Parts: sequence; structure tokens; C-alpha cells
Amino acid sequence: MDFFLQLLVNGVCIGLLYGISAMGFVMIFKASSVLNFAHGELLALGAFFFLSLVTWGKIPVAAAFLLTLVGCFLLGFVIEKFFLRPLIGEKLIFVIMLTVGLASMFKGMILLIWGGNLHTYPEFLPSALELQLGTIYIAPVYSATLIISVIFLVLFGLFFKKSSQGIFMRSVADNQKAALSLGVHVRRVFALSWAIAAMVACMSGIVLGIINGVNVHDLSAIGLKVFPVVILGGLDSIGGAIIGGIIIGLLETFTGGYLSPSLRDVVPYMVLVILLMVKPYGLFGLVEIERV
Amino acid sequence: MKKLSFHPCGNFRESYAQELTIFETWFGRVSMGVFLILLFGFAPFVLDRYFLYILNNIGILAIAAIGLNILIGYTGQISLGHGAFFGVGAYAGAILATRFGLPFYICIGAAGFITAMIGMIFGIPSGRLKGLYLTIATLAGQFIIEYVLIQWESLTKGTMGITLPEPGILGFTIAGDKSFFFVIFTCLVCMTWFAVNIMRSKYGRAFIAIRDNDRAAEGMGIPIFKYKLLSFAISSFYAGFAGALWAYYMVSITTEPFNLGLSVEFIAMVIIGGMGNIPGAIFGATFITILNELLRFATGELMNIGWVAGMGLNMAPLREFVFGLAIVLFILLEPKGLAELWRIVRSSFRLWPFSY
Repeated sequence: MDFFLQLLVNGVCIGLLYGISAMGFVMIFKASSVLNFAHGELLALGAFFFLSLVTWGKIPVAAAFLLTLVGCFLLGFVIEKFFLRPLIGEKLIFVIMLTVGLASMFKGMILLIWGGNLHTYPEFLPSALELQLGTIYIAPVYSATLIISVIFLVLFGLFFKKSSQGIFMRSVADNQKAALSLGVHVRRVFALSWAIAAMVACMSGIVLGIINGVNVHDLSAIGLKVFPVVILGGLDSIGGAIIGGIIIGLLETFTGGYLSPSLRDVVPYMVLVILLMVKPYGLFGLVEIERV
Repeated sequence: MKKLSFHPCGNFRESYAQELTIFETWFGRVSMGVFLILLFGFAPFVLDRYFLYILNNIGILAIAAIGLNILIGYTGQISLGHGAFFGVGAYAGAILATRFGLPFYICIGAAGFITAMIGMIFGIPSGRLKGLYLTIATLAGQFIIEYVLIQWESLTKGTMGITLPEPGILGFTIAGDKSFFFVIFTCLVCMTWFAVNIMRSKYGRAFIAIRDNDRAAEGMGIPIFKYKLLSFAISSFYAGFAGALWAYYMVSITTEPFNLGLSVEFIAMVIIGGMGNIPGAIFGATFITILNELLRFATGELMNIGWVAGMGLNMAPLREFVFGLAIVLFILLEPKGLAELWRIVRSSFRLWPFSY
């Protein structure tokens, strides 16, 4: 029973990580329907910016965190401006392949600058976050993750529901032409959503880096793990991404714990294929009624 | 029908035969013939082993890229699992050759058919899914196939790999780059011929109709699901055939090369070469292979330059960066690929000196 509970807690913790890694991905898809294959590399870029600022620049953690967020915000603008904007209205495959190309560019760049080794951040989380519930132990990083992901979820919920920019973004996601004719600046919305998504991605990258250490290959693998998560949750639902993440996390830890560790990494994709056949728009996604 | 000597300066076709013809002028036909004679008559005897090795790789990859072009460029279904299908073909060929001792020419054909079956299984989601969702489904297919290849040890020997026997046809053994050159390029010519002709048939027209507008295609009575599956099958057949050839050429295979990176390289070949263009796939395969070799050469040279090595930089990732850059630049600057550039070059000769 203890084993089961520990697996359950681990699964939820890993799932939350997947969930917050997927949030940035969902934001981009929601606003501009771009499937971002470079998401894992964006995570890695954020994590490495933070690493350099903290360990090489000797900047205090809070300031470094803010600087990284701002840097990634700008990076998002740049990516949208130079790479994605010329492709508005182009065929799907070009957009997908562009993000694949970007992924390989970023990965090469990161490897050139930081190398492929595992880096770790210095310890900075307060030990008060360490939790011990009976026999179950929750590491401080996981409780910090929980807190951060709840904060970000609430912030984004408010942003999309209350702020004018958030409402613009939803309107563009819903119907680009209608939004355009009602005076929404669609290009600005695209740029903004990429900027915000890059920011969210780098935030998740930092959190992942605190937990697992910073390594390009691991982080870009998580960028691919995002796909089952978002399909499960529905490609355009941010809350769904978190729940999808938790489900995938549980699935992984239980398969790893009870069946076989090697099956662990493939199970999400098997579920993905079955799910796509049965319920293509996910648990919380918007159902577009279209016969194929 | 009388062949023209020169291209007309507009579209003056009067019959369907003219529309369907492959070589519009005798000049195109003759230059193709001359090219083939040069390729088979001179290339293997003039080039040294290293260049032959590159040419052979280009030939094998071009076969697979043609297959992917049928799926992506003509039918409009994006597949991220082509690298895995290539691997399935390689393993199918290797297992048939070692376990059952079947001869070379049966193995590569059978490997193609086995891969076509598996491709059809992963094409089933295309019955319900379109665009993004299908792409993700094939991505999952890539990971599942990779997992099966590594874990099904009783059949694939897992990470140990399989070593293939020396192939032979009609009593001749095929060994060395030169004899493989003839086998590979004969296969490439046949497969290209087959692909070009399938695109002129009823099936090819149905594929294009599905790509351009699937609802309209269905309205005109094309059974979409059947044709999508057929397209998956043909494209996987090409991948499997090329994979089996590759396995024979490499002599021993492991699961390592058949990863997502290979799938991405295949798509890059199709895009850089030109989507919906059979010769384009060959251009793309040539471009990517040569780019890879140049980058390997360049990184090797850079590592030997004193100050670069002294800076402690590892130049190997440069390859990854330039590869990504090439894809991005092609998509942004010339989305129709090398085939379009080639067409522009040819027509500027044709139209000279009055380009309008």
C-alpha cells in the first residue's frame, strides 16, 4: 500500500511538471494554431539562461529569475517576428517543419554554448517546503512546483478571462477573421502569445532544471512528451493540460512501478494512439465537427 | 504523337495525352538518356570509393524520400514515422535473410510488402484524423515502432544488431561499393519510373484530389479512406524497400539510426527537394546527404584548427545547427524547394533573351 501511495504521489508530482511544461505549448496553439516542435528547446533555453545568470553571473536568484523571464519574453517576440510571421496562411507542413528546424537550430546552439553535460543549480529552495506525510515523502522541489503551477494557473485564468489582451487572444483563437473585422490587432496578438508562451516555457524549464538538473537532451525529450499530455487534455485547454499531465504522470509511474521500467516511456504514446482513434479532441478540447 | 523540339511559350495542349506526357520535348528525353548512360557507364568507374559510398547512400535515401513525397507531397498526409518504417524494412529484410535464408531479391521485395502492411496499420488513424492530429499519431507510431524494435529481442536481437549475409543475384555475389552502385541505382530508376507513372494514373489523380480538397474529392466519389490507406501503403513500401537495401549495404544493423531524427531528415528531403515533385525527392536526398558529409568534413577540419580546439568548443553540434538552418531558410525563402529552383534555371535558358 505504501508503495502504491508513493507511486501515486510521485506520479502526481511528475504529472504536474508535464502539465506546466505543456502550458506554454497550449498557449501557442490556442492563439495561432501552431504545433510547436521546438517547445523542449525553449524549455532548455530558459533553464540555461537562468543557469548562466545564477552560476556565472552571480546574480541573486530572484533577480535572475525575473531577468530570464524578460529575456524569454523578448525571444518569443523575435521567433514570431522572424520565423512564424512569414508563414501565416501557409500549409500546415511548412509550419510544422519550421518549428522542427528551429528545434534543431536551438539544440545545436545550446550544445555549442553550454555543451551536453548535466548541470545543476545551486541549492536555494527553503527547506520548510519539505513535506513528510506519514510514510510518504515529498521533496521540497515538488511542493515548490505545486505552488508555482497553481499560481501560474490562477494568473493565466485571470489573464484570459479579465484582461483585454487575454480576451483578444481568445477571440483570435476562436475565429481569426471575425476577430480581425472587430478590430483586434491579430499580428500583435500572435506576437504577444509567442512571447508569453516562451516566458511560460522558460519558467517550466527552470522548474524542471531544479528537479532533474539541466541537460539539453532530457529537456528536449520532455518537449516531445508534451504531445500525449496536450492531446489527452485537449489541444486548446490550459486546465486540461494540467489534468492531462497528471494522468500521463500517473500512467508512467504506475507502469514503471508495476509492469516494466522500459515500457514507461512508450506508454504515453500508446495511450495517445488509442485516444486519437476514440476521442480525437481530448477530454477538454473544443470539438470541431468535421467529417474526414 | 509528334514530339516537339522546343517547349512552346504557353500552354497549348490539345489532348489528354499531351497533358500526361512525361517528356514534352525530344530534348528532355535525350538528355535524360544521356544522363543515365553517364551515370551507369562512367560514374562507378571514374569515382573513388568514398564518392561511390556517398552516391549509394543518396540512391537509397532517395528511394525512401520518393515514398514520403507520395504521402506528403501528393496525398497531403504528414507522417513523422518514415524513419521508423525505414527501420522496419531494414529489420524485415535482415530477419528474412538470416532466419529463412531467402535470396536477396526476394528479401528486399518482401521487406517492402511487410513494411507496407505495418504502414497501413499506422495509416488507419488517417480515417478519422486530419492535419495536426494525424501528425501526432504518426509521431506516436515512430516511438512505438522504435520501442518494439529494441524490446522484441527474440526477433530483432535488440541492441546487439543483426549481421546480414552477402547478397547475390543469379550467381553473382554483390560486394563492394561498385556492384552495389548498379543494384541501388537500377532500383532507384525502377522505383522512380513506377512513382512517376502511378502519379499519372487514376490513383495518382485521386491522391492529388484528396490533397487539394478532401471534401470535394469525397463528393466526386473518391473513397477517401481507401486511397489514404493506399498512399500510406505505397509510401511505406518505398521506405521498407529502401530500408532493406540499406541493411544489405551496411552489412550489420542496429536499432540506433531509425530514430525521430531520421524521420525529420526524410521530411527535410521532401521539403528541400520540393513537395509534390518526384525528381524533387531525389534532389532533396542529394542535398541532405551532401550537406551531412560537408558538415562532417567541416567539423573535423575545425576541430584540428588550433585556436578553435583551444577554446574548448565542441564543433559537433554545428551539424545540428546548420541542418536546422537549412530547413528554416528553405521554408522561408523557397518553399517549393530545389525542384522549383531547377525549373527557374531551365526556363531562364529557354526564355533567353526575351524573358517576358
